[in-house]
Amino acid sequence: MRWSMTGVGTLILKVNGSFKTVIARPSDTLVDVVRGQLQLTGAKPACETGDCGACTLLVDGLPVKACLVLAVEAVGHEITTIEGLPLVPMQKAFVDKFATSCGYCIPGFILNAHALAVHHPDADDAVIAEWLDSNLCRCMSYSEIRDAVRSVLAGEY
Amino acid sequence: MDRTEARAGTRDSMVSLDAWSKATGGAKFNSDSIEQTTLHAALVTSPYAHARILSIDTSQAEQMPGVKAVITCQNLAIRCGTWLADRPILAGWKVRYYGEPVAAVVAMTQHEALRAIEAVKVAYEPLPVVNSIADAMKLGAPLVHEDLDSYIRIKPVIRPRPGTNIAHHQAVRKGDISKAWRECDEVVEASYSLPQSDHAALETRSARVELTPDGRVNVHSSSQGPFIIRKNISRYFGVDKHKIIVTTPVVGGSFGGKQSVQLELIAFLASRAVGGQAVQLTATREQDMASCPVRIGLDAHVKLGARRDGRIVAAEFIWMVDSGAYTDMAVVETTSIAADCTGPYAIDNVWCDSYCVYTNHPFATSFRGFGHLEYTFCLERTMDKLALALGMDPLELRLANAIGTGHTSPTRTPVNSSNAGSLAHCIGRLKSLMNWDEGQRIEVDGRKVRAKGVACMWKNSSTPPNAISSAILKFTPDGSLSISCGAVDMGQGAKTGLVQLLAERLRMSPDRITINVSVNTELNPDHWKTVASATTYMAGRAVLNAADDLLAQLKSIAGVVLKCPEADLDVAEEKVFLRDHPEVFVPFRDIVHGYMYPNGNSVGGQIIGRGSFIMRHLTPLDEGTGEGKPGPGWTVGAQGVEVEFDSRDCTYRLLKAVTVIDAGRVINPALARLVVAGGMSMGLSLASREALVVDDEGRVMNPGFRTYQLMRYSEQPEYVVEFVETPNIEGPMGARGLGEHGIIGTPVALANALSSASGVDLNTFPLTPECIWSRRVGLTGDSM
Repeated sequence: MRWSMTGVGTLILKVNGSFKTVIARPSDTLVDVVRGQLQLTGAKPACETGDCGACTLLVDGLPVKACLVLAVEAVGHEITTIEGLPLVPMQKAFVDKFATSCGYCIPGFILNAHALAVHHPDADDAVIAEWLDSNLCRCMSYSEIRDAVRSVLAGEY
Repeated sequence: MDRTEARAGTRDSMVSLDAWSKATGGAKFNSDSIEQTTLHAALVTSPYAHARILSIDTSQAEQMPGVKAVITCQNLAIRCGTWLADRPILAGWKVRYYGEPVAAVVAMTQHEALRAIEAVKVAYEPLPVVNSIADAMKLGAPLVHEDLDSYIRIKPVIRPRPGTNIAHHQAVRKGDISKAWRECDEVVEASYSLPQSDHAALETRSARVELTPDGRVNVHSSSQGPFIIRKNISRYFGVDKHKIIVTTPVVGGSFGGKQSVQLELIAFLASRAVGGQAVQLTATREQDMASCPVRIGLDAHVKLGARRDGRIVAAEFIWMVDSGAYTDMAVVETTSIAADCTGPYAIDNVWCDSYCVYTNHPFATSFRGFGHLEYTFCLERTMDKLALALGMDPLELRLANAIGTGHTSPTRTPVNSSNAGSLAHCIGRLKSLMNWDEGQRIEVDGRKVRAKGVACMWKNSSTPPNAISSAILKFTPDGSLSISCGAVDMGQGAKTGLVQLLAERLRMSPDRITINVSVNTELNPDHWKTVASATTYMAGRAVLNAADDLLAQLKSIAGVVLKCPEADLDVAEEKVFLRDHPEVFVPFRDIVHGYMYPNGNSVGGQIIGRGSFIMRHLTPLDEGTGEGKPGPGWTVGAQGVEVEFDSRDCTYRLLKAVTVIDAGRVINPALARLVVAGGMSMGLSLASREALVVDDEGRVMNPGFRTYQLMRYSEQPEYVVEFVETPNIEGPMGARGLGEHGIIGTPVALANALSSASGVDLNTFPLTPECIWSRRVGLTGDSM
């Protein structure tokens, strides 16, 4: 990466399997760059303090809050956004179990839950809770999300 | 045609129409489609809750890189509001709450706008802060609005009292209260104080405005009321309504908080300052919680009197709504609280005074329940105290007073099973679902106790007496069709319900019907606003009226084609057929875009159905007695919460939350459960931990999700939702609204459970362990 005199530099990020050139300041967060420059708007900037998880992306397959990651830190890593998911079972489960509601928090929840299913296919309720406590939903009672995650882990999809 | 009846649209748990777009990131919210050429605005906000503005120096900010304009309202006389025009678009000669927008910077990028707001220099002179309702009501209290008498009353039903901090008063006088008190065997009374809190929708509010050279105003907003935005912009800026085009895409949660028109007006001024270029203004989380409107606070005094058999004969209420710095919708909630003040109970003698009070807190607007969760908290805590005083089971007391046919509401509207359902049935089901007979308080071990609390609630869908909703149905050539309506999708699933209603009326598959996701005031017919749990009722009626219009047109042309009277025809499965010879039919696809005879001659044309709905027989409340009809009817319900309380440290675990609602008719069971359980969860989060914390200077200390904590996944109890179905004759297919009702009785059911568990009278929320502990050891003070 190179930074110009105005403090703006060019970065190459690997997003959803392709290399993308973006222009960013050192202080730009990953969520702002994927939304503003790559038009990948599934990640939402809902609190920008790392508390709600609506901006969750997968970095090397693990869920990361993209408001707490600088774009420069993501160079050299594999970034996956909701738009890059190849229609995984977790998405179908969220739809079938009515776990979409207003939809604002859902991309973050799905990426987090999908990574959980990949890394902990045998997760019990305690592990599910530990992972899903990082995301906030304001519309639902979370029971629909719980049903969706449990159904994928139970191999129903 | 039994086969088609079985496939009819309602009663199925049809998946939300937009579920896939939301699960794949395809759903575009208001801040998701900003063009590169759009300018960005950022707000300069007040660090004081009450201060005179001595000067605003924008010169330095104007020289900053990328800055196009800096706007203030120092010389702009416009004041806006819902019933009372009391709020400047940006603060004028003084600020009235912490976080109040004072100026806005417009720049090429968000980054540049944020840099420049730091260079706007505002000089303030602090004024005494009105930091509570008690402060505000004191004789000689500092005035939040000195010039209250000069404000325009947008609705004549508002009654501000110049020279005080009272923005509005609504009385209810029913029966003979002084005689009734003498008939009481038991009288209980209590005072309550509930702090303000925030909607905390995950999507923060945002607006984008562009003024085109031909005089059009293009607005994009995350709003529950695109048609209200159009009305406001027309009123304040003198633009004809047809030239104002408001677009609202899917909305990321709102809960009442996104019906205020605020950022749209600032963005309008910002765009005007830069020659009409598109300007985007998105609230940060901190601004969404402190600068944008919040939930009302409420101080209350409740007095109930009953005969020995439990019949409540007298009730007296004083409600004081903390509206914050401006009235917005809080003033309407003040009236709504008065109208439904007795809860779903038949009480013949009522004396109620409901006040809307200015303070130097963030200004308040509607919040899910529209004042009902707050007054229900106070009323239903008092009901438990009355039960205790009478030595009566709390559920039995409620059942003994349940409102029903033959009774009247506080505003003297006759109640019947159609307009109010059956509370008694709801209580009966709740009793069984809560396993009430095992006892309300059960010792688990030396430390822990399991306890249950209950509450009943009702809520009318109060609207202006002329609130309208409309729908247009349009056939595509293959016989499928689309609904066009002005209701906003914010996750409540109402639009999916509209598709199901139409499918049932036309007896066709809902898969063959679409509905607009985004609302555009130029393209879609008007819908008052998407609030008050009234969308299914209002838009549902409009859609069914439009369906009848379609059916008449279908039969008319089919009668020509089939050479028979229209009266002999019926419709199902995308066919019009002879009722007694179903094998004689014409398919929709042959007639909905005109019918062509074998020789090529054609008749008819595209079939378009139109349906309108307007509220009927509603009247504003009388000033002196409160008599009137503010809404079409109530949805009633009974709710309960069960906790496990640790008496050592006052911590508790939520075990179970139950709601039984008389829905009239459930249109989509899964979506109905979703919205009710969502309301319950929000109510538990609110009652257990949420409050805007203000310091001694009136500054909001916790605007952000790090300090304003919401309830998370692992803290949820088991949710049980059940529906009773006493049809509402006026509702679409018998349905009632239920979008708000899950929250209403939940906070007080929790308070009743914890009061029972801890043995301490808990008359406020949030019910944190610290709050319970401080009351147990006798500390006073406001909510912790």
